Amino acid sequence: MIFELPNLPYASDALEPMISKKTLEFHHDKHHAAYVTNLNNLVKGSKFEEADLETIIKYADGGIFNNGAQVWNHTFYFEQFGKDKIHMLKNGAFSDAVYRDFGSLDIFKDKFSNASKTLFGSGWTWLVKKPDGTLDIVQTSNAANPMRDGLKPILTCDVWEHAYYIDYQNKRADYIENFWKIIDWAVIAKRY
Amino acid sequence: MSFELPKLAYAYNALEPYIDAMTMEIHHTKHHAAYTNNLNNAIKDSENENKSIEEILKNISKYPMVVRNNGGGYYNHNVFWEIMSPNGGGEPKGDLLQAILKDFGSFEKFKESFNNAAATRFGSGWAWLVNQNGKLVISSTPNQDNPLMDVAEIKGTPILAIDVWEHAYYLKYQNRRPEYINAFWNVIDWNLVAKRFV
Repeated sequence: MIFELPNLPYASDALEPMISKKTLEFHHDKHHAAYVTNLNNLVKGSKFEEADLETIIKYADGGIFNNGAQVWNHTFYFEQFGKDKIHMLKNGAFSDAVYRDFGSLDIFKDKFSNASKTLFGSGWTWLVKKPDGTLDIVQTSNAANPMRDGLKPILTCDVWEHAYYIDYQNKRADYIENFWKIIDWAVIAKRY
Repeated sequence: MSFELPKLAYAYNALEPYIDAMTMEIHHTKHHAAYTNNLNNAIKDSENENKSIEEILKNISKYPMVVRNNGGGYYNHNVFWEIMSPNGGGEPKGDLLQAILKDFGSFEKFKESFNNAAATRFGSGWAWLVNQNGKLVISSTPNQDNPLMDVAEIKGTPILAIDVWEHAYYLKYQNRRPEYINAFWNVIDWNLVAKRFV
């Protein structure tokens, strides 16, 4: 199949000042776009030519996996933001699970932030739903995606330096702190 | 003994326009400094305090990840700063040139192969020219690993290094890593690389 770069679900300046227009333009128009282009080139003539992204994430290796997973990861990342749509986490199945598995939303956020700060090199931090329904936090390197291990992604933070270097340079912790200010919890709860 | 952040032999703006002053300053005073501090904290009050960085790296599989990541980060940046200067560019001479011609066929072929290693390293990492007892090979490593480490796929003494973590080039080149790699050839000081080739 031919993969397409999804549009950002908001204007490129919509997340200012937490994530700058310049960062979002490079991140979406260059990085995300390059993964899509590379993937389309790589799957041509391969056994993944007709595969969807989830199949690629579960079974591919090398360049096809790296680019396929990065296409999926970035779409998932961009979809969860919305500065003007920020809702407090509403009571419901997802908030119940957060309180059950972490104790409170703040404790969860602390643990997720810490996992994001301590991931060494390029990668992603994830809130995932395990097959038994409980929530967990996992770190993955480079393009890796928890679906490969049978986990369902609920929330993610991109800690590749390109996600924050223009705005925060070496201060990854500041990026993570501001990351929480643009999370659309309605999107997150729905994923759960 | 604790490890010290080395001073650079040139000013932060000395490698302009190939590497900008702001990148150099943050890279040295923040990133490299953090690796140095974290390494010192990780080995404090242990027998490792008296070991050289090379000794530690050669046995890195026996150490926790915090030493591997920060020890590598400390050493790799030392090499990186050491082989660059405002008098860079051109081609090597003498024994180093002969070794390159013997092992790669031509300087252009060597350059192409090194560029390819640097461009295709996925995620954060380094590309290297490695001396294996007189034979030169090119490799790349993830994150802060390096060819001195016993965990490295290709082992030897690194004599040339390029940092391809995004922090090494993002402020000036953003997603255009190949442009940064091309620019790097203008700041490689082959006299300094030759000193490492012994």
